[in-house]
Amino acid sequence: MRAFTYERASSVEAAARVGASNPDAKFIAGGTNLLDLMKLEIEAPTHLIDVNGLGLDQIEPTPEGGLRIGALVRNTDLAAHDLVRRDYPLLSRALLAGASGQLRNKATTAGNLLQRTRCPYFYDTNQPCNKRQPGSGCSAIGGLSRQHAVIGVSDACIATHPSDMAIAMRALDAVVETVKPDGRRRAIAIEDFHLLPGDTPHIETVLEQGEIITAVVLPAPVGGRQIYRKVRDRASYAFALVSVGAVMHEDGTGRIAVGGVAHKPWRVEEAEAELTKGARAASTILMAGARPTEQNKFKIELVQRLLSAVISEARG
Amino acid sequence: MSYSTKLSLTINGQARDIDVDNRTTLLDALREHLHLTGTKKGCDHGQCGACTVLVDGRRVNACLTLAVMHEGDDVTTIEGLGEPGNLHPMQSAFVKHDGFQCGYCTPGQICSSIAVLDEIKANIPSHVTSDLTAEAAVTVEEIRERMSGNICRCGAYSNIIDAISEVAGTRA
Repeated sequence: MRAFTYERASSVEAAARVGASNPDAKFIAGGTNLLDLMKLEIEAPTHLIDVNGLGLDQIEPTPEGGLRIGALVRNTDLAAHDLVRRDYPLLSRALLAGASGQLRNKATTAGNLLQRTRCPYFYDTNQPCNKRQPGSGCSAIGGLSRQHAVIGVSDACIATHPSDMAIAMRALDAVVETVKPDGRRRAIAIEDFHLLPGDTPHIETVLEQGEIITAVVLPAPVGGRQIYRKVRDRASYAFALVSVGAVMHEDGTGRIAVGGVAHKPWRVEEAEAELTKGARAASTILMAGARPTEQNKFKIELVQRLLSAVISEARG
Repeated sequence: MSYSTKLSLTINGQARDIDVDNRTTLLDALREHLHLTGTKKGCDHGQCGACTVLVDGRRVNACLTLAVMHEGDDVTTIEGLGEPGNLHPMQSAFVKHDGFQCGYCTPGQICSSIAVLDEIKANIPSHVTSDLTAEAAVTVEEIRERMSGNICRCGAYSNIIDAISEVAGTRA
């Protein structure tokens, strides 16, 4: 790990200003992903801004009937919160499907959204990787790509976003609230928050230098049967090969977001209009334009099968 | 600004002051600065659980958190749970049920086990909890899922489950 200076942020605005003035500074909250990457020197900040003392750890109802989740709310606490369990069970289920008990106790809501890919070539500093070292090439294309993205990919990167939580947030139409270095606030729809890799896979979100997430807001509950199905190589403590987060209503309509297939939570609203016709119809539109490799084309069929299972379970 | 930081924290009930390079993980602070070598370094990447300790009563991977982030915190390690002649019930149960072979993962397994039972008592759900609105229950399935962040390469899992089940007062 490279040496760094350390400060405890005194306010959100001050943290954002320091973050903006020093491009080599990083915010640290749970640290479960950042520290891992710092040990490997994939991340090498010269200054850490510890934001854990900023409050931002409350879960509060909003005037609109939704829920405002502080950026620092730990994954365990979010999954276990009574209102989340009752009104947004998809979010609890997705959180509980990810990581381990120890990690969920540290990992935060904002940090979960900002975690980096687990592409093994991103982690292997001996290999080219456009995300780690822009312009160096992509080792996953033509390499071992069974775990990688199948849709929204580019010639520069086929990494996936690893979050389970973000899949639920996408299906629930969450909004990410931030403060910019100039003190202005903005609200970013989760749909717009994460970027596809394109030519710049090292740029993963729309956040500006120094901009800090303060909360994630859920709109009023939408009801329905809320289901999170995750297929992985182990029964527990493994990233998704494919996951489906769904809100299904009695009339057969619903919302679906898919994990493990793209650089961001994958949701296509036009596909949801086909849900009443069944999994095949919906997944055909959902996965239209997919560019899988020989090794991960199984994910296309897996999405359809998972969707079929979700539809059956919702009817159950 | 400095590359090292002075901090005060409570370790196993004792106030301790240390001056650490900012890069020092809580795990390295415990082992290398405070010479509490009961907490083990396995993977050093949060994947194996050997470094599990309790911070303010919650289990965390000591390898994935910086010591400087724990100013004022209350840390419990395996040394703080019990000692020869006065073992914690979970330690006794691991001995009784042969919940280890080489023993390297055991301090982390025991810290994690204690927290798992507390988490169930606090009604924190897990991936295998069938009804999110019902009270969490101590079952073998629940214990297995909740212990998945602690790897035992000797494969003592079934005996570990027996030990935890006994302390929880259920039959494995």
